[in-house]
Amino acid sequence: MAFLELKNVSKSFGSHSVLSGVNLSIADGEFVAIVGYSGQGKTTLISLIAGLIKPDSGEVSLEGDIVTGPGPDRGLVFQNYSLLPWLSVYENIALAVDQVFPQWDAARRRTHVDKYIAMVKLSHAKDRLPKQLSGGMRQRVSVARTLAINPRILLLDEPLGALDALTRATLQDEIASIWQTERKTVILITNSVDEALLLADRIIPLTIGPGATLGESVPVSLARPRDRTALNHDPEFKRLRALVTNQLLGFNASRKTSVTKKLIRPEILPEDLDAPRVNRPPRRPDEEKRESIQIA
Amino acid sequence: MNKFKFDWLILPVVGVLIILAAWHIVGGKKVYSLTTGMAELGTTVAALPEGEAQWKALAPKLKSGEIEATETKRLRPDVWEAISSSFEEKRIGLIPDLPNVVETWDSSKPYIVDPWAKRGEMDQGILRFTWYSLVLVAQGYAIALIIGVPVGFFLGLSPTFTKMFDPLIQVLRPVSPLAWLPLGLVLFMRAGPEAGTYAALFTIALCGMWPTVLNTAVGVRAVPQDYLNVGRVLKLSRWKMLTKILIPATLPYMFTGFRLSLGIAWLAIVAAEMLTGRPGAGGFLWQEYNALIYEHIIFSILTIGIVGLILDRLMSLVEARFKAIS
Ligand SMILES: Nc1ncnc2c1ncn2[C@@H]1O[C@H](COP(=O)(O)OP(=O)(O)OP(=O)(O)O)[C@@H](O)[C@H]1O
Ligand SMILES: [Mg+2]
Repeated sequence: MAFLELKNVSKSFGSHSVLSGVNLSIADGEFVAIVGYSGQGKTTLISLIAGLIKPDSGEVSLEGDIVTGPGPDRGLVFQNYSLLPWLSVYENIALAVDQVFPQWDAARRRTHVDKYIAMVKLSHAKDRLPKQLSGGMRQRVSVARTLAINPRILLLDEPLGALDALTRATLQDEIASIWQTERKTVILITNSVDEALLLADRIIPLTIGPGATLGESVPVSLARPRDRTALNHDPEFKRLRALVTNQLLGFNASRKTSVTKKLIRPEILPEDLDAPRVNRPPRRPDEEKRESIQIA
Repeated sequence: MNKFKFDWLILPVVGVLIILAAWHIVGGKKVYSLTTGMAELGTTVAALPEGEAQWKALAPKLKSGEIEATETKRLRPDVWEAISSSFEEKRIGLIPDLPNVVETWDSSKPYIVDPWAKRGEMDQGILRFTWYSLVLVAQGYAIALIIGVPVGFFLGLSPTFTKMFDPLIQVLRPVSPLAWLPLGLVLFMRAGPEAGTYAALFTIALCGMWPTVLNTAVGVRAVPQDYLNVGRVLKLSRWKMLTKILIPATLPYMFTGFRLSLGIAWLAIVAAEMLTGRPGAGGFLWQEYNALIYEHIIFSILTIGIVGLILDRLMSLVEARFKAIS
């Protein structure tokens, strides 16, 4: 029996079909990378697995149990970190640990939190608030928070997407070494084929929507630990990279598509107390801003 | 640094001076005009000890037949006493009944130099009056927050609740404190001697509540879904979701509401005191209007404004702290 299984999962928002007929089966301890274009439903897929949203049809099951809602057994590292801005690094992680291990005494929980802060090399910054951290540091806190609750499966939603190349490389190595020691099942969402090849046992491309689904998976049999520089000259690496890249490009070959994405930033304008307010949602400065991308 | 001082210190001072000058120009002043002949007056003054010298100094000032009230204070007391019956008091100027800056200051001085004085029910130092008002505002404001925050949370969390009560809130919100107070008096009519206090509290709480209610509701709706997802993944209980995520995420909005509410509570107190005749900054204003001491009306207005400003500044400091975090 597969550890995590998705059977014929479909999801649409309104009349917009995002995912349709997604099948996926992941073994215990496997590191799977899902690569795909922006806006094609990667976050939607991982949210379905996390249980944050429900599939319209099909089912998600973890070790045979059907997923009905979110829970700490599926540790999700959010695409935008989602640290609580009013809590320090320590408190952000402690909130999760206190909630998941209430049976432990306070001292044990404290050591546990400290251990994971040390694991992502942030002991010196443990009392800082998220806004006092760099993007890479925030991402590490987010990873530490998720690892600290000891989930059965780790869901990483483009964890390094917003980082510069150097930080990205460092964190890739950290993720690789954490995975070596913890041997957890991992699903990594990424838009970088190189990143997927460096970290994963298997790469699955996500096709292009509407109604995106998972493409044919590509096993990565490169020996571990993988060294970034050495890999660049490895013929197998080159072959796999060409294979996955061509697969992704193939989705596009038949058509050009333009993606319209509604950008929603978290800022909200102050309420205009004089305007009529019946049924009016909070206003945002960029409420109407849309971005159109021509995909070649 | 220099630029800073210029912007934040010198310019406001200049503004205040301009307004004071304008006020002084349109304000009236008190003068005494002569009703008898000069000669008569001369004889009266000359009869006093060293009267000749006194008259020499006084005579030129009376040429126009009028003498300013401020001038008479500089005369020897016995001189003025002897001649004052020959004068008639009147006010001149653009708006004769509006006290000018000097008159206002002179007349208000006792309330400022001895701010804690208690000379009578309606004759007390200004800080003591302000204190009475602040105590009442604090009570009404506390009630407003205790009711307003939960109502705001319900509005923010439940669309049904919003649809049910939002129209009602929109109707009640613009009603002036002056309109609520009589209703408050009726409601607490049988509450005995404290009825006025209860009515005042009712008015302050009711008027001051809305900014807190509405801002809390907006804040709750604005909590990013991601924060809630963090709580959902951890399976936080409803209570923990509220205390660990919703409330902290809403605090900056709540404090904006608190600040606006305090401003309105302070507006309402003045109206409440005026109508109930309680001692306090607003009650004093009304009583002095009835006593025709117009200087004190201006003095009260300034006091109320300055206290309101200080309250607002203090709340902004607190608010800024919470804004800075998220
Ligand atoms: N809650 C929602 N309501 C309506 N549409 C949504 C919602 N969430 C996602 N979508 C739409 O579903 C599509 C896929 O979104 P998703 O966030 O899963 O993309 P993604 O692959 O994660 O993109 P990115 O790489 O930019 O993170 C988009 O077109 C988006 O507009
Ligand atoms: Mg995404």
